[in-house]
Amino acid sequence: MLKTFPRGGVHPDDCKISANSPIKVAPLPNKVYVMLNQSAGAPAITLVKKGDHVKTGQLIAKGEAFISANIHSPVTGIVDKIDQITDATGYKHQSIVINVESQEIWEDGIDTTNDLLTDIKATPQEIIEKIKNAGIVGLGGAAFPTHVKLTIPQGKVAEYLLINGAECEPYLTCDHRLMLEKSEEIMVGITIIMKALSVKKAFIGIENNKPDAIKQLTSLTQKYSNIEVVPLKKKYPQGAEKQLIKAITGREVPSGKLPIEVGCVVQNVATAKAIYDAVQKNKPLIERVVTITGPNLSNPSNFLTRIGVPINHLIELAGGLPEDTAKLISGGPMMGKALSNTNIPLTKGMGGILLLPEKLSKRLDPYPCIRCGRCAHACPMGLEPFYLEKLIIKERWEEAEKHWIMDCMECGSCQYTCPAKRPLLDYIRLGKNKVSAIIRSRKN
Amino acid sequence: MEPIIIAFLVLSLIAAIFAAIIYFVDKQFHVDEDPRIDLIADKLPGANCGGCGYAGCRNFAEAIVKNNSLDNLFCAPGGNKTMAEIAQLMNLEAEEKKPQVAVIRCNGTNENCPPKHDYEGIESCGFANFLFAGDGGCAYGCLGLGDCVATCKFDAMYMDPITGLPVVIEDNCTACGNCVKACPRNIIEIRNKGPKNRRIYVACMNKEKGVYAKVNCSVACIGCNACVKECKFDAIKIESFLAYIDYQKCTLCRKCVPVCPTNCIVEVNFPIKKKANIDLANDSNQNIENN
Repeated sequence: MLKTFPRGGVHPDDCKISANSPIKVAPLPNKVYVMLNQSAGAPAITLVKKGDHVKTGQLIAKGEAFISANIHSPVTGIVDKIDQITDATGYKHQSIVINVESQEIWEDGIDTTNDLLTDIKATPQEIIEKIKNAGIVGLGGAAFPTHVKLTIPQGKVAEYLLINGAECEPYLTCDHRLMLEKSEEIMVGITIIMKALSVKKAFIGIENNKPDAIKQLTSLTQKYSNIEVVPLKKKYPQGAEKQLIKAITGREVPSGKLPIEVGCVVQNVATAKAIYDAVQKNKPLIERVVTITGPNLSNPSNFLTRIGVPINHLIELAGGLPEDTAKLISGGPMMGKALSNTNIPLTKGMGGILLLPEKLSKRLDPYPCIRCGRCAHACPMGLEPFYLEKLIIKERWEEAEKHWIMDCMECGSCQYTCPAKRPLLDYIRLGKNKVSAIIRSRKN
Repeated sequence: MEPIIIAFLVLSLIAAIFAAIIYFVDKQFHVDEDPRIDLIADKLPGANCGGCGYAGCRNFAEAIVKNNSLDNLFCAPGGNKTMAEIAQLMNLEAEEKKPQVAVIRCNGTNENCPPKHDYEGIESCGFANFLFAGDGGCAYGCLGLGDCVATCKFDAMYMDPITGLPVVIEDNCTACGNCVKACPRNIIEIRNKGPKNRRIYVACMNKEKGVYAKVNCSVACIGCNACVKECKFDAIKIESFLAYIDYQKCTLCRKCVPVCPTNCIVEVNFPIKKKANIDLANDSNQNIENN
């Protein structure tokens, strides 16, 4: 019997059409746009000015706040300008624009070879310091700075490290390909995190629609004996932090608390690989694997690409924008965000770009709620989305808070399953926004 | 005895006992309330709009009696007339306020700021605002989903389906300020109605540099300073590439309107100038406002 989380969840179609396409290194464009607010928290503060020559891997912006991450130059070139660039939402944010030079010069001390270094010399403090300096953020999508996540608060003990290889979102295959092609590096990365946290046991949770990845990583566990691969039943949203903990360890994170409350730390497989690069090779986070996919795309692929590359460059490499494309999504179809145009740069948190034709992307007209309760059945957090929707429409924020609206992680299972096609998640997100503002004003 | 007489006596006795209880309770738990609260509440419009900052009209009346002053207390829907009556009741002086009205400081109509995306979410500006910059791509402009119209309790606003912008019906607007609070982008402002309802204001909130502001919208303020140089009354200020006309200082001379290169300064309810150098864009703005 395969493990999974017990409550709620939905079963969207897989559509992993790029699963068999090996990771390709994307050639560099002429210009890259490095956003300064790529991680959760405060934006980084720029250290370069117009006209400066930067090397690949050079620190160009420093995250000075507690929750903030460093940003390094992804290319060698000259800083063209520091200006406001439109991001995925259409809002403008400060970015560093770099003109790329053809001759790549790496910053000193970075090991650019492909040799596998399994020997971990760094001490736990050094590991966290290196992760902080390398500007590593969670590559699963939320882009939360990893060094903050690995700093265990006083009085808490981490017992298990959980590595998220579930990749429960349809279409996305970047983690899957990474597990197949960089499995040893991931294993070393996990060992490094375990050393930093001083935990004895790590689990890698992988959904059983990726049998090749399960097989490959399981074969490596003979060498890395304290890492265990846990095959999971395919169910969305298995990759959500709290659901993964429940599925693997059976523990439930209390409402409003972090996973460390139950002795768990969750990291993505891609983050483990980035940590390997940072600690063993001194390589900062300047590249990631991105899935460019879509049902009508001629060449759905996984690219190893530098941060800051405009996504239309990547779409061109994958065969160009199909004519009937109606919607561009950053991330998967369930939780991803629609993009306002194709000219936006890649950020650390983007795992995939999905191009959907009109037939798949158009919302249907909503009908009145028939109170069938399917949304409540599908909610992995055990909320009542139909009731929350009503409360939000009536602007009863306090009551919505009492009905645990802040526990919603916006997985979209309720809206996916709603037979009346009601925009449940839209209302809940609006409500979360209002309620969190009320909570903040109460604290002040 | 006749059963009907027994019933009559029993019921009378019960009534007498309850009357005694009610009389006792009324005397014992009597709450002294200032009679002026009821009198003031009767004078107020009773719309419970919340524009004064209190939950409803009665709370506003209580606040007046409690503070025994009219400082910072003004009922915008009632206006000066109501406030004067209340002041008479309270033996206080009411501050005379100029009549005000809500203005929409965005002219990003479907023509001026053409939509580039197809928004599919719920009809709520509050939601759309944290989702994306807007159909037209302007991160400061009107989202056109009508949060202000939904919150207006005086039927003083409607969405114009052609322009995609809200329109204020001047006669109905009481300047309660609910739409100002509802707008997530702070586009609506309460300004003086002006003599003969004539007003001049900058219909733009775009704080970007001129080059970027012009990309999405043809009538965006580019912060060129032309109006500031033209104004002899020091009424116009530019802050982060956006002009703002102070309605307290503005004398409605209209000198700034023709100098604006993007026509983002809007004049309302003025007679149409006969000079040919006023281009048609201004007139169309005016027509929109007059609708």
